Amino acid sequence: MNITQLPYIKDIFAFMGSDLMAAVIGLLIIAVFVPLNVAFLVLVERKVAGHIQLRPGPMEVGPHGILQTLIDAVKLLGKEMVTPGMTDKVLFFLAPILVVVPAFVGWVPISFSPIMQIREMNVGVLLIFSFSSISILSILMAGWSSNNKYSLIGAVRAVAQNVAYEIPLLLSTMSVIIMTNTFRMSEIVNAQSSVWHILYQPVAAIIFIIATTAECNRAPFDLVEAESELVSGFHTEYTGMRFSLFFLAEYTNMVIAASMATVLFLGGWFGPFFPGLIWFVIKVYFLIFVVMWVRWTYPRLRFDQLMNFAWKVLIPIALVNLLITAIVLKVI
Amino acid sequence: MLNIKTIDDATVNQRVYQLNLGPQHPSTHGVMHLLVTLDGEVVIKIEPIIGYSHRGHEKMAENRIYEQFLPNPARMDYLSGMIFNHGYCMAVEKLCGIEVPRRAEYIRVITSELNRIASHFIGAMDYAMGLGAITPFLWGWDDREQILDLLEGIAGSRLTYSYGRFGGVRNDIDQAFYNGTRRFIDRLRGRFWDYENLINQNIIFIKRSKGVGVISKEDALTYGVTGPSLRGSGVKYDVRKNEPYSAYPEFNFEIPTREAGDCLARYQVRMAEIEQSLNIIEQALDHLPPGPVRSKVPRFVTPPEGECYLTFESARGAVGFYIVSDGSRIPYRIKVRAPSFSNLFAMTKICPGHFLADVIAIFGSIDVTVPEIDR
Repeated sequence: MNITQLPYIKDIFAFMGSDLMAAVIGLLIIAVFVPLNVAFLVLVERKVAGHIQLRPGPMEVGPHGILQTLIDAVKLLGKEMVTPGMTDKVLFFLAPILVVVPAFVGWVPISFSPIMQIREMNVGVLLIFSFSSISILSILMAGWSSNNKYSLIGAVRAVAQNVAYEIPLLLSTMSVIIMTNTFRMSEIVNAQSSVWHILYQPVAAIIFIIATTAECNRAPFDLVEAESELVSGFHTEYTGMRFSLFFLAEYTNMVIAASMATVLFLGGWFGPFFPGLIWFVIKVYFLIFVVMWVRWTYPRLRFDQLMNFAWKVLIPIALVNLLITAIVLKVI
Repeated sequence: MLNIKTIDDATVNQRVYQLNLGPQHPSTHGVMHLLVTLDGEVVIKIEPIIGYSHRGHEKMAENRIYEQFLPNPARMDYLSGMIFNHGYCMAVEKLCGIEVPRRAEYIRVITSELNRIASHFIGAMDYAMGLGAITPFLWGWDDREQILDLLEGIAGSRLTYSYGRFGGVRNDIDQAFYNGTRRFIDRLRGRFWDYENLINQNIIFIKRSKGVGVISKEDALTYGVTGPSLRGSGVKYDVRKNEPYSAYPEFNFEIPTREAGDCLARYQVRMAEIEQSLNIIEQALDHLPPGPVRSKVPRFVTPPEGECYLTFESARGAVGFYIVSDGSRIPYRIKVRAPSFSNLFAMTKICPGHFLADVIAIFGSIDVTVPEIDR
């Protein structure tokens, strides 16, 4: 008897083939992958920082300290979650939950390889941008509700900074979009099968990476949590798992930003010899390494310099770049 | 009643607000409290509140014999403890008229200059860390570690030395220290290139430092600023040259100055002084005279009735030891003129109008040691 002729088996296959099943499996993969990836990235960050700073980094837990971040996570889970007095308790509670939402949703439209994509969307790129704006809301909520002046200054800086840097970010993305005529991630990658966009759009690529670094609040644009001025910025008052959720979101946003840059400019999964997924991961982690490298090399910008850099340098260059792209496309 | 002002309700609903930087804050180098009045992020007024690490060293001196006070000066400024230790010895020697062998003077110069390099490394690199660059700090820490190892070999302690004795130093330097210092000088000269690349040519570092926190020549003199902060403002004053003591007149070195008076100038003066200190150490090692390292001094000194004031250059500026003796074995009064105290209060003049981030930069570039302010 043919097994597929049984009615309930048919239903199961039909269900597995559905979008819902793919979405559930994909979200499960994200839910497992994101925290593990963050644990790995924190370790990488500490090792990179260590070697740049002439020291070995964490070495105690596990061989070469590879289990250090897992132990840290266990420690953070065991910590008491202190809510200081005079805080806005609802917002204080909601902010760390809200900050991880865009960090998880942002993975949905990214195409890691021709077959590895949770959901192809017509507005894939726009979805990531619009969700990444939510994380600013949660930073503002955290800073406002903490009843701490350092947090508030950090939150105010975060809003100004993210508003300023989203413009060059979108403008530089736009110059790729008008070349490919699509917001679909996989189609943008497929358009780069012969030549990567970074060769056509080097200026846009650089602006994109600078602006995403600022959007992720990474050094040298980490004014939001500038530890030498604002102690810890907007999450000064957060402890335990709530604090680590902010941490998780920061690192996950970094990976999403690097994935975006890979899709938009570095040819996504294309590359010789290896399968697509491996190339994608190599490119993403290379970009993350560059961001870490910059972080441990440069001091922090001052707030006015940061704003000037966005409004007086990045935005005009991005606009001119977009204009030139449009004219060249029209002429061709 | 301590004069600690905290945020009062009257300021809550105003545009202008007060921010307590400290007493516990990552970049105040200890328990330092800066009460900052801010309009947005721009500083309107800044008020340093000191006294959190007051340990009463000056009062302690009135309750113990001169020898027992020997460990204390190093604990006033723990970053240039060797210099303070030698300075106190010189003050007592001046009071008692004790001769110091030349070899001991040379060893004092070598150890003091090594200590000055270590302190300047912290000063300059901590400034970079205040700007957000953590890597230079650890690079400087690495070089400083070599000095601490060297000094540990001869003095026995790594930070709060008690190596000087009245009439000389505790023990002679050994061959390991001699060779180690030579090696260290060679190593550090090679490292300046790295610092040049990592910090001095770093565009963000220059942008954050240049024109920030300008102390004019007049302000510097009015506030009694000394040390690298004064020389960064273009005043060529160094106690080692202007009022020479110990064996310093025998060495050939320069006093680096910068005209700008900003944070970058102070940082550059510090880095240039490290090179000059290396020159001094090299000359001292080349011409190290033979002989004893301690003259014949009674076990307990009993200075004659009188007073003396001795000034010397620590890593932060001109330190003064004023000792009054009533002819007994216990000092009647010891007053210490601490350079950090004067340097710190120049901040109140220069900070208004700067951003909050610049306050940290200025504080780091002035390079104060908090326990020295309070003593």
